[in-house]
Amino acid sequence: MKYHVKHVTRYVYAAPVSLCHSIAHLKPRSTPQQRCLTANLRISPWPSVAREHRDLFENRVNYFSIQQAHSTLEITATSEIEVQAQQLPPFDVTPAWEQVVEQLRTDNDPECIAARLFLLPSPAISQLKAATDLARESFTPGRPLLAAAEAFTAQIFEQFEYDPSFTTIATPLNLVLQHKRGVCQDFAHLAIAALRGLGIAARYVSGYLETLPPPGQPKLRGADASHAWFALFLPGHGWVDFDPTNRCVVGDQHITTAVGRDYQDVTPVRGVFYGGGAHELTVAVDVDRLTPATIR
Amino acid sequence: MTISNQPTAGFIAPPTLIDDYRPAPGVFDEMRAADGSLRPHWQYLLEALRGLGPGEIDSRRREARRLIRDNGVTYNIQGDPRGMSRPWELDPLPLLIQGQEWAELERGLIQRAELLNLMLVDLYGERELVRRGLIPIELIHGHAGYLLPCHGVEFSGNKPLVLFAADLTRTAEGRWQVIADRTQSPSGAGYALENRIVLSRVLPSLFRDSHVHRLANFYRGVRRAMNRLAPNQEDLARIALMTPGPSHAAHFEHSYLANYLGFLLVQGSDLSVRDGALWLRTLGRLERIDGLLRRVDDVWCDTLELREDSLLGVPGLLAAVRAGNVVVANALGSGVLEHPGLMARLPKLCQHLLGEELLLPQVRTWWCGDAEDCAYVLANLQQLVIRSLDDLYGAGHVFGHALSAAERETLMATIRAQPTRFVAQEDVKPSTAPAYLDSRIAPRPFVLRSFLVGEEDGYAVMPGGLGRLARDPETPIVSNQLGGLGKDTWVLASEPERQETLSIGSDRTVPAQLQDSEVSSRVADNLFWIGRYAERAEGLVRLLRVTILKVSDRFNFTDDQEADCLRSLLRALAHQSQAVIDESQVWLDDPAPELLALTTDSDRLGGLPQTLQALIQAAWSVRERLSNDTWRIVNDIEKRLRRLTRFAPQALGGALDVLDPLITSLVAFSGLTQENMTHNEGWHFLESGRRLERGANLARLMRATLVVVTSEQEENLTIEAVLGVTDSLMTYRRRYQGGTRVGALLDLVLQDETNPRSLAYQVVRLQHLLAQMPQCGLGPQRSQGQKIIMRLLTDLRLAEIDQLASAGANGSRREALEQRLITIEAALASLSNALTAQYFHHEERPHHLIEPRQGITQ
Repeated sequence: MKYHVKHVTRYVYAAPVSLCHSIAHLKPRSTPQQRCLTANLRISPWPSVAREHRDLFENRVNYFSIQQAHSTLEITATSEIEVQAQQLPPFDVTPAWEQVVEQLRTDNDPECIAARLFLLPSPAISQLKAATDLARESFTPGRPLLAAAEAFTAQIFEQFEYDPSFTTIATPLNLVLQHKRGVCQDFAHLAIAALRGLGIAARYVSGYLETLPPPGQPKLRGADASHAWFALFLPGHGWVDFDPTNRCVVGDQHITTAVGRDYQDVTPVRGVFYGGGAHELTVAVDVDRLTPATIR
Repeated sequence: MTISNQPTAGFIAPPTLIDDYRPAPGVFDEMRAADGSLRPHWQYLLEALRGLGPGEIDSRRREARRLIRDNGVTYNIQGDPRGMSRPWELDPLPLLIQGQEWAELERGLIQRAELLNLMLVDLYGERELVRRGLIPIELIHGHAGYLLPCHGVEFSGNKPLVLFAADLTRTAEGRWQVIADRTQSPSGAGYALENRIVLSRVLPSLFRDSHVHRLANFYRGVRRAMNRLAPNQEDLARIALMTPGPSHAAHFEHSYLANYLGFLLVQGSDLSVRDGALWLRTLGRLERIDGLLRRVDDVWCDTLELREDSLLGVPGLLAAVRAGNVVVANALGSGVLEHPGLMARLPKLCQHLLGEELLLPQVRTWWCGDAEDCAYVLANLQQLVIRSLDDLYGAGHVFGHALSAAERETLMATIRAQPTRFVAQEDVKPSTAPAYLDSRIAPRPFVLRSFLVGEEDGYAVMPGGLGRLARDPETPIVSNQLGGLGKDTWVLASEPERQETLSIGSDRTVPAQLQDSEVSSRVADNLFWIGRYAERAEGLVRLLRVTILKVSDRFNFTDDQEADCLRSLLRALAHQSQAVIDESQVWLDDPAPELLALTTDSDRLGGLPQTLQALIQAAWSVRERLSNDTWRIVNDIEKRLRRLTRFAPQALGGALDVLDPLITSLVAFSGLTQENMTHNEGWHFLESGRRLERGANLARLMRATLVVVTSEQEENLTIEAVLGVTDSLMTYRRRYQGGTRVGALLDLVLQDETNPRSLAYQVVRLQHLLAQMPQCGLGPQRSQGQKIIMRLLTDLRLAEIDQLASAGANGSRREALEQRLITIEAALASLSNALTAQYFHHEERPHHLIEPRQGITQ
């Protein structure tokens, strides 16, 4: 499936900003399931410096700095991506999760070593025993890894309520767990904390999800959002993505932008500015499927 | 000092000096071997000391203390009541190390530095060591010192570890061993230098005859290394030393090293990243910085990509480094090498990376993330020191033997639950070295911090280092925080070395133009306030002195006529100290408590102690801009202030005794800033501050004393007092035999442009100073400040003295004078504001952008 994504991030300041430095994770990376065909970042006002580098996880990181006085900052990322569904073994024949835990711990294959980084606590995800206890409802003894993960994905979907008004960017995980509310970012963090506690390597995926309007209605412009989910490591296979917010295994409607230990490694936009005072943020995302007719 | 030129005969040779010098069994002692014999290379020193005798050694030690105090060598300890100025303490005995032994140690240190440097390059680059499992990934990423955003940054010259320090002690057999690696921003090289300077001055002959290896080349190496690694190779590089600020424990060292190395001393707030490069914000300009020697831990260096809550860094610094436009030493991310668990892997890594055995022994270390290590640790907890990684850089530790059985169980459970978070090390008993304490030489635990710098052709070791002794023989770990003593370390050469210093010009890599003209806004601001506070303090002391004398007189000769004069002086004091006073009789009846409070009460707003404290604080923040002699005076002022508040005089007479010498110090301070500072940009601000404050003081004084019309006799007394405060009595008497007295006074202290104590003189000076300040972007236009001064000076010149001196309509007040003085005070206040707005505009603290939440349509 091919998609066109337009992601506009707009900051409006109460007073002029004299200098701004920013880091963006907005250009989609390539993964075994996806190819990024084109990716552009347009920044207004024009940045004095703009550079791209890859981070430790091979994500594309864009640094830019604006040195002219400005009251509005607009970052527009547009990209075309080709996505395939994950090729997965039947879940019931995957190894028991305990066996995976043991293999991950001891195997010195470079892939396993690299995955062990995602067993450790990270800036936004510290150890949380309660989350792991919750996961044990799905991770019953001897259960095949992917079957257990699918059950856990369903469990989060059923036990937690999607509620954008409850959490903020700073809400700690234990509150999410206690009140059983949050958004995709919180659910991904929760699942990762739970899996790491079991000894399963888990990482955060930032990206988009194609949404379709109710039948017969036109799709609203700018109404999509960026999205987040988690992936776990199956030795010998690689990373497998699950979306607890939508109770699904990630297929060809999910577009990956970046992966990391948690949100803080892949924050879409972060920055530091001088002057400006109060400011407001608006984000507009459009994910459009490119049918043969729309492919230029 | 050799034995031959000392009259040892007739001296009672002090056997007590070392006769009861008994090192503890089982630890190595530097001076006395286990069999009780003295090690031969100490003979010479001991004979020389015997020649000197205890009295002379004590006097040399006092001399060392005095030098340290005069040079302002301090080490701040949080919570120490001595605050910012706890003097560094130095043992008067050097530690002696033979050249041959040193050479061996040097080889081991160089190998270690090279190894650690290669590890750093790999960890932030190819990560082969991690991929192949030579360094467990959990070990590296479990440590807060590994900074993910620094991955992939290319290190200038492939040398991220520019400076390296190792803490060393000796095993019971006498082999040097490493107990800790310092890779973040190793401190202590400045103290080592100061120790050497002091000791070579108090023991000159001994130092000369001992053929000690010199230190200067090490510092030259630091300068060479920074210049070589800095990106700007066509011009000479501009290097800055970044300090967290004057409140940091080792701020003395930061400013000392910056001066010695010829680097600019900067704080994060002085710097800005623009065009992908690093710049110093000076007065209205930006100056490019090519290299940054940081004394700020790396996580705090960039609020954009590293810790967001830092107030010490520069947003965008890492991006500038990544772009190759500035070099930071040590490289951002180098703190990870301080992970104590890495030590357990070093022998293997040394084999892998260098193909050699690790030469230098190190404290035995176990990382609990390794199953075998963990089993050993759990079984031998009692003999070990346990370090937890959750204390950043392994600062926190417990001694296994100090735990109760229950505590031990708890710790073991924690280790089992999170083995990768724990490192255990052998409980090392530091070796001992002779220390001179209480007129005796006694063995004390000793640690040597050794310093290396990465040069083009490899690492160079400072011959010597920073020795530290514990006062208490039972102290397990020697640390500055525990209040240790510094010790100079002498590496003995077989023959004398050529004397070298780091004077500018002896080295081709030194910038041809002096860097001291580059004044940051912060420095200019502080210098301006130093000028103001110094003058304010001096004015206050003078006024206090005259007033106190008046009060004492009045009590001797009860004279109502003096009441008015005294009232004017008290009013002037109130204006000067910005105090709100009740001008009623109460104050006048017994002004002594109020005068004493102004002189000695440190809680009194605008009083003398607060003014002096403000002066000292401003001086501290720009320590590197003041000459050694000037600094000595600052120390003097601080000492007097301490005595003033600690042993506050209870009577006015006592107050005079402290005020007189204080005037001398303050005048010396003014003189030194006038004569010993280059009259560069910075000085213009200091001088402007002084002139502005003196002008304002004069206006306030005149308004308090001359506006109310009194009888001729009283007026005489007041005039005399004003002349006393302004130190113009002699000129007045010489010049004005008769004439209206107030008129003459105004002529002298208001309008005379040649009298350095007159208001007009201050304004003329200010006009001159402002003309020298950088005028950015104004073109031919005059600045706000220049306009204010012009108006002020014209008004002063056009003023009719007769008119000002005569009383207004009702005959009781000189209203024209009052109006004129109020206008002058207001003008000077707006001048201060104009200068602040034009030059001291600190960029406000940066803010962080709101981060978008995922999964929400915003």
